[in-house]
Amino acid sequence: MQAKQKKELMEFACRIRIGIVEEIKARGFGHIGGSLSIADLLAVLYGEIMNYDPKNPKMEDRDKLVCSKGHAGPAVYAALALKGFFPYENLKTLNQPGTNLPSHCDRKKTPGIDMTTGSLGQGTSLAVGIALGDKLRGRNCRTFLIVGDGETNEGQVWEAAMFTAAKKVNNLVWIIDNNKKQLDGYTCDVLNIFNLEEKFRAFGFDAITVDGNDVEQVYEALSRKAIDKPIAIVLNTVKGKGIKEIEEAAGNHSMAPKPEDCDRWLDILHKELAELA
Amino acid sequence: MNVIYTGEMDTRLFKNVIGETISELLREDENVVYLDADLMNCIGTAKLPKETDRAINCGIAEANMIGIACGLSAAGFKPIVHTFGPFASRRCYDQVFLSGGYAGNSITVIGTDPGVTATFNGGTHMPFEDIALYRAIPNAIIVDITDVSMLKDFLRQAKDLPGIKYLRVGRKGSAKVYSEDSHFQIGKGIVLREGKDAAIIACGIMVHEAMQAAEILSQDGIEVAVIDIFTIKPLDVELVKTYARKTGTIVTAENHNKIGGLYSAVKDALDGEAKTGYVAVEDEFGEVGPQDYLQKRFGLTSDHIARKVKETINKK
Repeated sequence: MQAKQKKELMEFACRIRIGIVEEIKARGFGHIGGSLSIADLLAVLYGEIMNYDPKNPKMEDRDKLVCSKGHAGPAVYAALALKGFFPYENLKTLNQPGTNLPSHCDRKKTPGIDMTTGSLGQGTSLAVGIALGDKLRGRNCRTFLIVGDGETNEGQVWEAAMFTAAKKVNNLVWIIDNNKKQLDGYTCDVLNIFNLEEKFRAFGFDAITVDGNDVEQVYEALSRKAIDKPIAIVLNTVKGKGIKEIEEAAGNHSMAPKPEDCDRWLDILHKELAELA
Repeated sequence: MNVIYTGEMDTRLFKNVIGETISELLREDENVVYLDADLMNCIGTAKLPKETDRAINCGIAEANMIGIACGLSAAGFKPIVHTFGPFASRRCYDQVFLSGGYAGNSITVIGTDPGVTATFNGGTHMPFEDIALYRAIPNAIIVDITDVSMLKDFLRQAKDLPGIKYLRVGRKGSAKVYSEDSHFQIGKGIVLREGKDAAIIACGIMVHEAMQAAEILSQDGIEVAVIDIFTIKPLDVELVKTYARKTGTIVTAENHNKIGGLYSAVKDALDGEAKTGYVAVEDEFGEVGPQDYLQKRFGLTSDHIARKVKETINKK
């Protein structure tokens, strides 16, 4: 990857993080940790990998994104706003009465959201269905599925994984945000999920693990083409990535920061952005 | 549509008709996708011609199957899903509710072996609550199938309708009620027999029992109307109210728990406008046995209906 391309993706990721903090600042609370952990992934997907048209969000042969960890809506909304799916100012309506940007992703409300998610595990099967539909139609496009590590506690995830490999739904790319934490604490303490890469390999995937907060590694992983088997990418990430204070907070799944906390975090992010530029 | 009821049983079995109709729909409409959860052999679809890649066996994973169906709907397909009733309702309820209804996807769910028709599979496989569950999904359509003619017509209609469609149907046969190639209007009940003293509102296997009960009552000089309501949601409120006014006594008959099913829907609609009684399962779990035994055990026979009608007419 060229230095310029990498710098642009890092800038995009930083802008997504700024968007997330601005959304949560406007509402006063929100799912900040798991949103920040996938900012780099979303920057690579919307910056380089996915084929889409913000002016025609329902374009049939677009690549699709299913964020099965639906509570990371704020991260996806920031990416969509930055790419022009809807005005950036709308981000401030997160979770306001009557908003088009609810906590959890909703395909009926938000341009660019391909599937409604929120009840963990369900997005996996929905993504399989979307990808299978594209395959039946002979469309040359991919569906990217983002699953939380804690979410893999849900049995439905493994039903969908089994189906994906068994029926060779190879136009579906599984991406697991392995940020090591879920609502009640560390995944290894709540319900140990052991080695995700090995699990996906055993389920019939071509599985790899990369640093999910390194845009270059994420880009390389997403550039792989599925040959015989579907691809599963385990992203090693940090929950709350980008702001040390949030990374180190014990309960960072959902936070209710004060406006001055958000301003401090925004300063950090704007400074990082300036340094990148 | 003609009512041809004589009490004679149809030689055709529901399971074969489901399989044949799905096969036809796959051939006729390239947007139809059929998904099953390892129960293709139970409805004769395991032998579908191999030319279609739109018949998909998802294995024993109902939640995943519903999710995939909903994803296919989002991709522009018309999914038809089959499994046994308990697995088509309780087992995957959150998936039907959220991935389906809430997310704005459209799927047709066929739940076979409702209530006592689960016979020798017993209590684990005997849904007396599937109607209650589906009724609580906003805008869902629920049809309890009466006979082969209705089954064929409704399967054809359902695939093109938006939202969640739940089709409750046995696998064995039923009495012949309607002429071949009848067309049914969803949400419009059918008056099978007129009567001035009371009206029996029935669905599914209880339609035949209701017609038999009307004969029994007639011999005692009580003339009852029989209505095949078949769509439990949306309920034909107008028809129910008309017969409540006309006869003053309404008795429902359903192969389901009294809680949350047809009786509950009719009672809600009437809001005290008539004397009401029900023939339904008294809030119990199912058990194993032949269907005639189970109908007696759970109080779902023509005799039970006849007694309930007399009792309800005599209510103060």
